[in-house]
Amino acid sequence: MKFGVVVFPGSNCDHDCYHVLKHVFNQPTEFVWHKDTSLKGFDCVVLPGGFSYGDYLRCGAIAKFSPIIREVRGFAASGGKVLGICNGFQILVEAGLLPGALRRNQDLRFLCKNIHLRVENNETPFTRKLPKGKVLKIPIAHAEGNYYADEKTLREMEDNGQILFRYATEEGEISELANPNGSLHNIAGIANKEKNVLGMMPHPERCAESLLGNADGRVIFESILSS
Amino acid sequence: MYKAKIYIAPKKSVLDPQGRAVQHALESLGFQGVDDVRVGKFVELKVDSPDNTTAAARVKEMCEKLLVNGVVEEYTFELLRE
Repeated sequence: MKFGVVVFPGSNCDHDCYHVLKHVFNQPTEFVWHKDTSLKGFDCVVLPGGFSYGDYLRCGAIAKFSPIIREVRGFAASGGKVLGICNGFQILVEAGLLPGALRRNQDLRFLCKNIHLRVENNETPFTRKLPKGKVLKIPIAHAEGNYYADEKTLREMEDNGQILFRYATEEGEISELANPNGSLHNIAGIANKEKNVLGMMPHPERCAESLLGNADGRVIFESILSS
Repeated sequence: MYKAKIYIAPKKSVLDPQGRAVQHALESLGFQGVDDVRVGKFVELKVDSPDNTTAAARVKEMCEKLLVNGVVEEYTFELLRE
């Protein structure tokens, strides 16, 4: 499977994503510059974490006008798989490829720590190797991950199985205490209706090798590879 | 030439953690009866337009395309002829 990792000015998780895909999973992987205008030949495009355009105005607000995002829209519309992690998720909601918005964390702090996620829908290309209800330990690193959507949108997303991951306790309980940032419905990761675009705040690329002490993120990439 | 002063604030229906923290700080300083604190953004720009209507239409488009995220924010603006 051929992967493209998009590089914006200010991306800083691009090399981590590249490393995991290229060296851990041995997949053909290329960086794609934000000014590039083609995604021809790629099977999956990753929008990595970081601070695209310095997070000026709002996270992802300027990146969404990059030439490559126009291509990402077409790529997603034709069924290509798109994975947005952290800032990549923020770009996807700003671009309207995913519903809702990501606000400042409820306690206004930048949070950098391991959290637990519960898998809510395992019938997607990103979660198909996971049993439903499985709890993963994956790090977060963000100041704007507080997911918001209006009531109607949230209801539609719940009905369509678009909520893939929720913040949970280690035992898999969805609670206020397990919610690090104030996200509505404990949302940590969502997909579009067609389930080929995933946005998530936690960083699976930071925990995809046992050498790093945690390999819980691997299964998300394994799911993509098996789809 | 028109100068636009654009005020962007979180929507009333959206919880504003910054506004809440500022309100608590004001209360702890002894300012009584303070409510609904909302922290937003202020953008000032100059726009070259032949008349007020055109300038307003252009600023509105700028707000909706880039300056404001309509999911969580609302805006108002004023135009001053320069």
